[in-house]
Amino acid sequence: MYAPTFAAPQSVDEAVRMLGADGAKPLSGGTDLIVQLKSGRNRPAAVVDLKKIPGLVGVEETSDGFVIGAATAGAQLGEHAGLVAAYPGIVEGAELIGSTQVQGRASLAGNLCNASPAADSIPCLAAAGAIAVVVGPNGEREMKVSEVPAGPGRTNLAKGEFIKCFKLKKPTANSSDAYLRFIPRTEMDIAVVGAGVNITRDGSSGPIKSATVWLGAVAPTIVEVDASCIVGTSLDDAALAKLDAAAQSVCNPIDDKRGTVEYRTKVAGVLARRAATIAFKRAGER
Amino acid sequence: MAKTHVTATINGEETEFLCDGQQTMLDVLRDEMGLTGSKEGCGSGDCGACSILVDGRLVCSCLMFGAEAEGTDIMTIEGMADGDKLHPLQQKFLEHAALQCGFCTPGVLVASKALLDKNPNPTEEEARYWLAGNLCRCTGYDKIIEAVMDAAAEMRGE
Amino acid sequence: MNYLGKDVELKVVGTRPIRPDGVEKVIGRAAFGADFRVAGMIHGKVLRSPHAHARIKSIDTSKAEALKGVRAVITANDLPNIPSEEAFVGEGPANFRDMSLNTIARDKVLYDGHAVAAVAATSPSIAEEALRLIDVEYEVLPNVIDVEEAMKPDAPILHDDLFTQGVDPKPTKASNIAKRMEFKLGDSASAFSKADVIVERKYKTAPVHQAYIEPHACVVSYGADGQAQIWCSSQGQFMVRAYCAKLLGMDIADIRVFPLEIGGGFGGKTLVYLEPLALALSRKSGKPVKMTMSREEVFRGSGPTSGGAINVKIGATKNGRIVAAECEVMLQAGAFPGSPIGPALMTPFAMYDLSDVTIWGYDVVSNRPKVAAYRAPGAPVSTFATESAVDELAKQLDMDPLELRLINAAKDGTKAVYGPTLKDIGFVETLEAAKSSSHWNSPLGDAAPGKRRGRGMASGFWFNIGGESSGATYVNEDGTITVVSGNPDIGGSRASMGMMAAEVLGMDVKDVRTVVGDTTSVGFSFLTGGSRVTFATGMAVTQSAEMVRDELCKRAALLWEIPAEAVEWKDGKAYPAGENAGKFDPLTIADIAGKSARTGGPITGKASINAQGAGPGYATHICDLEVDEETGHTTVLRYTAIQDVGKAIHPSYVEGQLQGGAVQGIGWALNEEYVYTKDGRLDNAGFLDYRIPVASDLPMIETILVEVPNPRHPFGVKGVGEPPIVPPMAAVANAMENATGVRMSSLPMSPPRVRAALDASEG
Repeated sequence: MYAPTFAAPQSVDEAVRMLGADGAKPLSGGTDLIVQLKSGRNRPAAVVDLKKIPGLVGVEETSDGFVIGAATAGAQLGEHAGLVAAYPGIVEGAELIGSTQVQGRASLAGNLCNASPAADSIPCLAAAGAIAVVVGPNGEREMKVSEVPAGPGRTNLAKGEFIKCFKLKKPTANSSDAYLRFIPRTEMDIAVVGAGVNITRDGSSGPIKSATVWLGAVAPTIVEVDASCIVGTSLDDAALAKLDAAAQSVCNPIDDKRGTVEYRTKVAGVLARRAATIAFKRAGER
Repeated sequence: MAKTHVTATINGEETEFLCDGQQTMLDVLRDEMGLTGSKEGCGSGDCGACSILVDGRLVCSCLMFGAEAEGTDIMTIEGMADGDKLHPLQQKFLEHAALQCGFCTPGVLVASKALLDKNPNPTEEEARYWLAGNLCRCTGYDKIIEAVMDAAAEMRGE
Repeated sequence: MNYLGKDVELKVVGTRPIRPDGVEKVIGRAAFGADFRVAGMIHGKVLRSPHAHARIKSIDTSKAEALKGVRAVITANDLPNIPSEEAFVGEGPANFRDMSLNTIARDKVLYDGHAVAAVAATSPSIAEEALRLIDVEYEVLPNVIDVEEAMKPDAPILHDDLFTQGVDPKPTKASNIAKRMEFKLGDSASAFSKADVIVERKYKTAPVHQAYIEPHACVVSYGADGQAQIWCSSQGQFMVRAYCAKLLGMDIADIRVFPLEIGGGFGGKTLVYLEPLALALSRKSGKPVKMTMSREEVFRGSGPTSGGAINVKIGATKNGRIVAAECEVMLQAGAFPGSPIGPALMTPFAMYDLSDVTIWGYDVVSNRPKVAAYRAPGAPVSTFATESAVDELAKQLDMDPLELRLINAAKDGTKAVYGPTLKDIGFVETLEAAKSSSHWNSPLGDAAPGKRRGRGMASGFWFNIGGESSGATYVNEDGTITVVSGNPDIGGSRASMGMMAAEVLGMDVKDVRTVVGDTTSVGFSFLTGGSRVTFATGMAVTQSAEMVRDELCKRAALLWEIPAEAVEWKDGKAYPAGENAGKFDPLTIADIAGKSARTGGPITGKASINAQGAGPGYATHICDLEVDEETGHTTVLRYTAIQDVGKAIHPSYVEGQLQGGAVQGIGWALNEEYVYTKDGRLDNAGFLDYRIPVASDLPMIETILVEVPNPRHPFGVKGVGEPPIVPPMAAVANAMENATGVRMSSLPMSPPRVRAALDASEG
C-alpha cells in the first residue's frame, strides 16, 4: 500500500539532506502536491514539510526591500501592509490562487515550482525582477524567478534543491505593479490568460520611464512582452494598441478545455492593456 | 510503514492520533476521529465542504496532511456551537432556510465564521467572494448570503 | 377533504418554521452516505475504462486477488446476465439489461469511466492498489461523442442489436438512433402559410451534470442467510431495493434499504451505481462493504443529462398570434437508450395555446455515460430553443416579448400538443406578475465603458407528477406526533410533511417530528423526483393525519361516552360538538394518548395512495446581464424567478427551489459542459474545470410565488422543484441578444464563444 514518509525538518541543512533522497518532495502549502498524490499522478517516497524551518514562512521588510519565506501563504502576503503597498500586483496575484481556503495554504514557491504556465503569482514576481534564493546539496544560489520554470510541470532546479525565500527590491519612487487574469467565472478557475505589469513613471504625473510585462498561460512558461512601445508614453490609445499587439505577438498558447489559441491570444492583448492601465495609475499614486 | 504520532488541539480538546503519510487531515478527522461533519465533496480543494480552521486560518482539510497538524489548534464544524447553544451563524442558517440538502453546510458555516472573525462587517460582495470556494448546488447561495449578513449584524449587536 | 376554502384559516401552512432536521445539519452530525459505518466493514473501489469504446478481450484479476488485504474482486461475471426487459426506471424508460451493463461492463466498454471490475479490501488504499493490479486487455474501437455525428449512417455503432423504434418500415440495420417519437396537433406544414413572420434556427446544448456536492456512497451488508441491508444516499430507498433485487437476482423481501441523508441529487441519484457492486462484493467477501465515489468518478461514471441539437420553426401573424410551430429534437442518451426524449418533446410549447404544432425527436446513443434525470429532464434542452425562437419572433414583430407570450399563453381549456386539456394552470398569472414586477419596471441602467447590458425573459413548463406514496402519523404516549415519510428529503420536505400534519391536527409544528422511513417501516413510495413529494407524499401524510384526527375524536367520544359524531376537533383538542353533546372539558392529544390503552390501543394513521391530479408548473424568469465586449465574460446583474407554485407550504423552501433551479440554469447557460478529448476521454472531470456557479458569480435571486391552487391536493400544492430550471437558458440568451444584438444559439455561452460571436457579428 502506498504511503510516503513524512518529515518536518527544523533547519535548511536537515531539509537539504532529506530532499537529497530519491523520490523526496518538498511540501509547502500542499495545494498542488496533495491533489497530485491523491490522484496518483505524483507518488513521492517522502514528503518533506518545509514550514517548520525558521524563515520559510513570513515576510520581512529590510532596508533594501522584502524577503518572503518560500512557504508563506498568499493570505499572509495580503496581511503584510508594507508588501501590499509596495507590490500590490504580486499580492493580488497570490491572492487569486484558488479559494480563500487555498490562499490560506498556497505559497509562492509552490506556485512557482509546480511550474504551471498559468500560475497566478508568477508574472508579477517576474515583472518585479524577483530573485529566488535556492538551496541544495551544493549550497545556496540565486535565480531570477523567470528562470525557474522550464516548461509545464518542470523547473530548472537541480535534484535536492528547493527555494528558501524570495527577494524583492525596494520599489523606486513612482513605480507600482498590477496583475489581471481572465477566468470564465469570478473565482476558483485556473487562469486562461494572466498579465503582470510593473511600471515606473517619471514623477507622479509623468510618462512611463520603464515597464516590464509578463504573460501567463499563453506559452509553455510565462513569457515577457517587449514593453518598449509604452516607455515614454502616458498610455494613450496608440501606446495601448501597440502594447496589445506586442502582447499578442509573443503568445504561443495551446487549445485546451480552458481556451482556444485565438481567444487566449486576443485576451492576452486585452489584459496587458488593462493591467498596464492599473499599474500606471498606481505608479502615479506612489 | 511507520506512522506519525501527532498531538493537536481539536475543538478545544488536546488530541493524539497516528496517521500515515498519505492521509489528509480530512481523512484523519473522518476516519480516525469519527468527526464526519467535515465532508469530502471533491478531495481537491475545489468545493470547500471540508473547511476547517487551523490556528484560526480557514483551510480545506483535504489539502493538508494529517501529519501537519502537530501542535496546531483546529476547529471543525463539531466545535462551532458552544455546547448546546448554537453559534449565531448556525441559528441564522436555520431561520433563513440557508440549507437544502445540508451537505455543503458545515463547510459554509466554518468559512463564514472565519469571515466574521476577520471582518465583522462584510459587504455582500465581500461575503460572496470569501465564500466563492464553498460550492452549494441547492440554494443558489441567496439564502446563505442572507443568513451570513443577518448573523453578522446580530453579532455586531445591531 | 381539502383546506382551500376562503373560510379555512391556515395556521401552520404558509409559515416558515425551522426544519425538524435542521440542527443536526448545522452541527455536522447528520449522517450522509459516506458518514455511515458498521463494525467489520471493508472498502470497495471500482476499476473504470480509460477508453470511450472498446471490446473487453480479457480481465485478469489474479494479481489483485493475491494482494494482502484484498477480500474480493468482481467482474460482470459475478452478477446475473440479465435479459433485455423494458421498464419505467427513475424518471424515464429503460431496460434492466442496460442498467446491469451500465453498472458493470460485460463484453464492451461504452464510455470513458465505464466500470469493468471492483475490489473490496481492508482499507481504501489497498483497494486502490489492487485496482492497479487488474489487467484488462482491450480492443479499442472507434468512438462517437457528438449527437449528430452519432446519427450519421457511417457512425461507429454502439449496439449491434439496436434498431430504431418508431419508424416505418422497421429498420434492418443497427443504428445509434434508439427511437423516433412525434407529437402532432393540427397541421403545422400548411398552417405556416398563414404566418406573416417565420423564424427558423438551429440550436445546440451541451450535456451538463447535476453536480450534487455529495458523491455517491453506500454501505452494504449481505448476510449468510441471503438477506441484505443497504445504507445509502439516494432519491428513493424503494428504488434502490427494486433495482438491486433485479440486478442481483434477489427477492425484494431479502433487501432492506435505510435511507441516509442525501447531499443533493437533482435526478442524478434516481439510479443505482455502487449498490449492486457493493452487494456482489459483500456476498463474495462475507463482509460489509463500504463504497464511495471520488468526484472524478461522479463525473465520469454517473449520469449527466442529455445535450441536444434542436431545430425550431415558428410562424406568427403580424399581430403576434403564433399560427404554426415545428420543432425537431436530437437528444443524447449516453451509452444506452433512454434519453428523456418524451418530455423534451411534450414540454417546450406547453406554455402556449397553439392549434398547429408538430414536434418530433430522436433518442440517440453515443460513447458517453448513460444519462440520468436532471431536474425537468429534457425540458430545458428543447425549451432553450423554443423560448429563444419566441424571443426572436418578438423582435421581428417589434413586440414586447412578454406581450407576445400573453397573446399566446395557454389557459384553462387549452389543449396541449401532448394530449391533455390543461386546467387550473397559472401561466398567465406568472406573466402578469412579471409584468408588474419591480424588476421588469426598473431601468436596466447604463453599462460601463466596453460593456453592454441587456434584459431578457423566458418561460417554461413542467408537468409535475404524483404517483405511489406512503405516509404515516403516529400519536406518541405523551401526545407528540411522529410522521413517517416514504421519500428521502432532498430539500426540506420533512418540514412540509410535518407542517401539513400539524395543520390537520391543529398542533404546534414543533410537536411534530418527521422522519424518513426505511423500506420496512413505511409503505412503498416511488422515488423523490418529478417534483412529486410535497404533492403526493404530502397527500398521503395529510390523509394519515386525518385518520389520526378522526380516531382522536372517536377516542374522546369513548371517554365521554357520547357518539363520535358529537365530537369536533379544533385547535388540537377534542370538544363536544354543540350544547346537545354534553358539557365536557376539552381533551388534548396528550389527554387522549395517555388513556389510549383504555379506548382501543395505540392511535395510528397510515395512508398508501396513488396520487393523481398533479398540477403543472409554469415559470417565467427575467434576467439582466452585462457582457464584456473584449473578453466575452458575462455577469448576471439581476435575476427574478416567478412561478405558479399552487400553494407554498413552507415558502422559504419553495423560494429556495426557485433560486437553486434558476442558478443551475444560469450555470448551464454560461459555463457548464462536458469537454471531451479527441480520443473520447472526459477532459474536465472535476469541479475545477466543470464550472458550476460560485457565490461571487451571482446576484441575489428574487422570487415571486404565484399561488393558483391545485384543487386536487388538500392544500393546493403543485410541484415546484423542476419548473425553475426550464426558463433560465433562454432568459440568459435573450438578455445576451438584447445586450449585444447577437443571437447565441449554442450552449454554453462561455466567454470564448461570446467573444467569437461578437467578432463575427462585427465582420
